[in-house]
Amino acid sequence: MTEQARLYEVWVYLQAEPLFWLTLTIGAYLVADKLYQSSGLFPLLNPVALSIVFVSLCLTGFGVEYERYFNGAKFIHFLLGPATVALAIPIYQRWDTVLRAKSAILISISLGAVIAITITYLLAMMVGLDEVTTKSLLPRNVTAPIAMGISEIIGGIPSLTAIVTVVTGIIGAAVGSFVLDMARVKNMAARGFAFGLASHGIGTARALAKNRQAGVFAAVAMGLSGIVTAMLIPFGFYLLSDVF
Amino acid sequence: MLAGIFTIFMFQLVGEAIQKYFGLSIPGPVIGLVLMLIALLASKHRTHRPIAGLRDNLITVAETLLGHLSLLFVPIGVGVILHLHLLETQLLRVLGVIIFGTIATMIFTAFIFSAFGSTEND
Repeated sequence: MTEQARLYEVWVYLQAEPLFWLTLTIGAYLVADKLYQSSGLFPLLNPVALSIVFVSLCLTGFGVEYERYFNGAKFIHFLLGPATVALAIPIYQRWDTVLRAKSAILISISLGAVIAITITYLLAMMVGLDEVTTKSLLPRNVTAPIAMGISEIIGGIPSLTAIVTVVTGIIGAAVGSFVLDMARVKNMAARGFAFGLASHGIGTARALAKNRQAGVFAAVAMGLSGIVTAMLIPFGFYLLSDVF
Repeated sequence: MLAGIFTIFMFQLVGEAIQKYFGLSIPGPVIGLVLMLIALLASKHRTHRPIAGLRDNLITVAETLLGHLSLLFVPIGVGVILHLHLLETQLLRVLGVIIFGTIATMIFTAFIFSAFGSTEND
């Protein structure tokens, strides 16, 4: 057997095993994260976006089907559920902040969550996106593990939701400070809160990098809006299904 | 570490069971999140060993999981290659919705929070 044929055989063996795809996924992420950190957290070098692009290019390049890749990578995917439950911890640790500003937080979370969903829905209708894309976009402002869960329940595509959620975070982190300066919002708590509610974890990281108080309120808004949105969107669908 | 992992799995399991049993349309893990938050708040003032130890354990596990949260969306995110046809025709419109939607949501939220937040600055 030639050298090349033997190498090919090794590849055929490895690509059928989870280990190869797990290693590729973690490796891609580590490199992407290194790039992101060394760029001083430049939003467009988001490590998730970079890893997704890199892994996708590998799959397309090697002609590997997504199912085969996911069969290995599903061990990482499995941790999304436990990570969602673990979001209780950062909320618990900031509970004093929640209590100190409880009425402002309660009102802003409920109204903010409704506004976020409504704006996305109206804009999607305006530009005429198809139904499944619209459903995948609706929960885009909340943290990805929760957004994907909501998307699955209402009949969206969780993969697409993951992408648009990450893009939402990138946009929020990139333009948030400028937008809030233009709107003349000076209160650090309000600024952080807007970052967390509109652009979840990626926006929260950005807010935290700029100001400690803004970061705390961003984390509170991100956690609570995830919970409220997970209840609101399916409930909204239930109400609307009676109308049509 | 193990006790913390067990506790988180347990809350997810209960959350998923409740979701299925009552046919709720809230994701099971989110129910688990709410239940664990309630349990944590209810036992907040318990400072003796078993509870306090478990709490520290949970915090360590949660920080590990959430410290690399974004790695966890990569496998499902790559799945977008199966749905590229949706983006082929709608990419610019989807981006438009995201950009304008995010800006509008931020401004509204900041205004609402400022309006109600200023009344309780103590």
